[in-house]
Amino acid sequence: MGLLSGATTVAGATLLANLASEEELQASGEKIRVLTPDGKMVEVDAESINNYPEAHITPAESRKGIPDRKFVMVIDLAKCKNARNCVESCQKAHNLDYNEEFMKVQLIQDHEEAEPYWFPKPCYHCDEPPCVTVCPTGATFKRDDGIVLIDNDRCIGCKFCITSCPYSARQFNWSHKPKFDDTSQPYSPETSIPGTEGTVMKCDFCPDMLRQGKLPYCASSCPMGVIYFGDKNEDMVTNGEETVRFSELINDRGGYRHLEHLGTKPNVYYLPAVNRQFPLERGFDVEEDIIERYKDVPFVQDLKSQGKI
Amino acid sequence: MNVDSRKRELVKEFSPMLLKSTKWSKIWIGILVGFVLWGLAAFVIQVVKGHEVTGMRDNVVWGIYIINFIFFVCLSYSGAFISGILHFFKTPWKNSISRIVEIITVVSLIIGPIFILLCIGRLDRLHYLFLYPRIQSPITWDIIAIITDLIGCFIYLYLTFIPDFAILRDNSEDVPEWRRKLYTFLAIGYRDTPTQRNRLHKITRIMSAMIIALAIVAYTVLAWIFSLTLQPGWNSTIFAPYFIVAGLYSGVGVIIIAMYLIRKYFKLDHYIRKVHFIGAGVILLVISLLFGYFTFSEYFSRWFSHKTHDADLLNTLFNKYFWEFIFANYIGVLVPIVILFFKRFRTIKSITFAAVIAVLGLWLNRYLIVVPTLETPYLPIQDTRPEFIHYSATWIEWALSFAGIAAFVLFFILIMRLVPIIPMSGIIDYEREGKGGTYSVTQYQLK
Repeated sequence: MGLLSGATTVAGATLLANLASEEELQASGEKIRVLTPDGKMVEVDAESINNYPEAHITPAESRKGIPDRKFVMVIDLAKCKNARNCVESCQKAHNLDYNEEFMKVQLIQDHEEAEPYWFPKPCYHCDEPPCVTVCPTGATFKRDDGIVLIDNDRCIGCKFCITSCPYSARQFNWSHKPKFDDTSQPYSPETSIPGTEGTVMKCDFCPDMLRQGKLPYCASSCPMGVIYFGDKNEDMVTNGEETVRFSELINDRGGYRHLEHLGTKPNVYYLPAVNRQFPLERGFDVEEDIIERYKDVPFVQDLKSQGKI
Repeated sequence: MNVDSRKRELVKEFSPMLLKSTKWSKIWIGILVGFVLWGLAAFVIQVVKGHEVTGMRDNVVWGIYIINFIFFVCLSYSGAFISGILHFFKTPWKNSISRIVEIITVVSLIIGPIFILLCIGRLDRLHYLFLYPRIQSPITWDIIAIITDLIGCFIYLYLTFIPDFAILRDNSEDVPEWRRKLYTFLAIGYRDTPTQRNRLHKITRIMSAMIIALAIVAYTVLAWIFSLTLQPGWNSTIFAPYFIVAGLYSGVGVIIIAMYLIRKYFKLDHYIRKVHFIGAGVILLVISLLFGYFTFSEYFSRWFSHKTHDADLLNTLFNKYFWEFIFANYIGVLVPIVILFFKRFRTIKSITFAAVIAVLGLWLNRYLIVVPTLETPYLPIQDTRPEFIHYSATWIEWALSFAGIAAFVLFFILIMRLVPIIPMSGIIDYEREGKGGTYSVTQYQLK
């Protein structure tokens, strides 16, 4: 239920933004009554309502972005216990294989004294994206709403974007896979489906869901409410359960961006792993080969030597 | 001096090189063609099965294709640079080696870009580079630089060939008809009149200055592909000059190796003399000192300031790549320096040996610039698949690399079949000068 209320918050926001936008000027005259999230009944113009939220967005249309939006994500590291629901729901939604992860959960230890923490890492959708600068064909682009997307119809596979991304957010389709032949839904950069051999892919912030007023899969699937998502213009983010002011969240809880000094200006913020809700060990309740990934972290080596994992 | 009879003599002297095939030359060409065919087979497999057949994966997305690309393209730029300098400053003993340098320049500039094509995931969309160009991208700059450089080098090479084409056209009684027609066509009516000669020398001189400038621009843009990114190990302000010096290092090395092989194979001891090897060896010495200096400053500043991510990179270099690092940046620099520094070590064989060490070391140096950086990203690689953690080239990549080298040698041999490797016109000019002729654009003191 919490999820639903979060979703309606975004939906309501979409509606309100439309009311304020220029589209209102070309009103059809026909009024429709709708219920806002706070329970008020309002009348809006029929033109303001997106009748086909799931309509196919072509590669050309996907370059524009959703009007008047500035999408932003906040990840609360104190709540993450490596449940991996974000990874798995994202893989399912984007039709990815077992090892293909747009969202990765890393185990990061800042320095010797610090205890490591689970670090979910999507694409940061930077405001100064190095990947977009270096792309020779404009296959990857920055939209007005802040999202960085890839048009895999345009990508020539030079991989320069992969080498220039400091966050290793991008992946390459090294070979043809049967799933690429699935043409049941037409290709859109907003869904990243179907993939194409010899092109680059990455986390897309699920613009298809955003257009429907829903949260990205990672945010909506997290059982701990780690991932907040929202609109910087409205200064609101939600994890599906609670909706908070973005600026308050960042200022009150010491929000920061990863590798700030690189000047890429990410749109993904982190809240530091203080007052943790779970001990780190809870995160090792995953498959053996996932645990194996973290074998180089000294803390994990200690745990192993103590026989705890 | 009777110029015409001297020209005839020279054609007679060099025509076996152009026309005769020995048993060994056929065997060699067969082996080289075999390597190229092996590479073609590897290429077909790569196209059919996708880049999965290479050792490249999501972290190390650029492998030895890119390394070969930098290597060959830098070789070409340094060829252009050296050739331009030789010509522009009227270097005394340049005649015997100038054509070797020019051919290296053009051939490596044809081979190099092939390697970048091998690295591209969607060759069928290559035209998108021109359909949807984005001038912000350093790749676009590189394409412009390489194409401009290629055209410039072709023009320059052709200009230096024209007088020899004319000599071959005028003295080709006993050669096949197609050859005479080809020479007549390529000589574009050059009759070696004083006016024509003067004009050609002037144009060649202008072009020689231009290709020096082109080479510097192209080198720089190539280095920027790496240094404009944020990656530790690439994001370095000295990369552009470093690439110029490193390119010259490999360039002079390959020139010495080519001189040695050509001298031995065609028995040109009379033309390519010890003085050429010593001259080239001294240049190699100077460049190896410079190269060592640049390499040292690059790694020393990273080590001394030890920012976390730089320290991680050095950690990778000194653990995973310890022996490669020792060979590339110690042996590859110090051995040539020691050999070339002491006069008594400067024999033709030892200078060639130093050149081989320099070239191998430099290739490895490039490997250590590209691969370890990609294996040490800002966020640690946390993966269980070994091929995603550590890059090792597959046989497909090696086959194509060796095919590239084989194609380089084949092209070289092919051009040597068209014109003599020692410019005949240069010899004529020299003798004309020696006999107190009026013409004084080139001055030779040695040979």
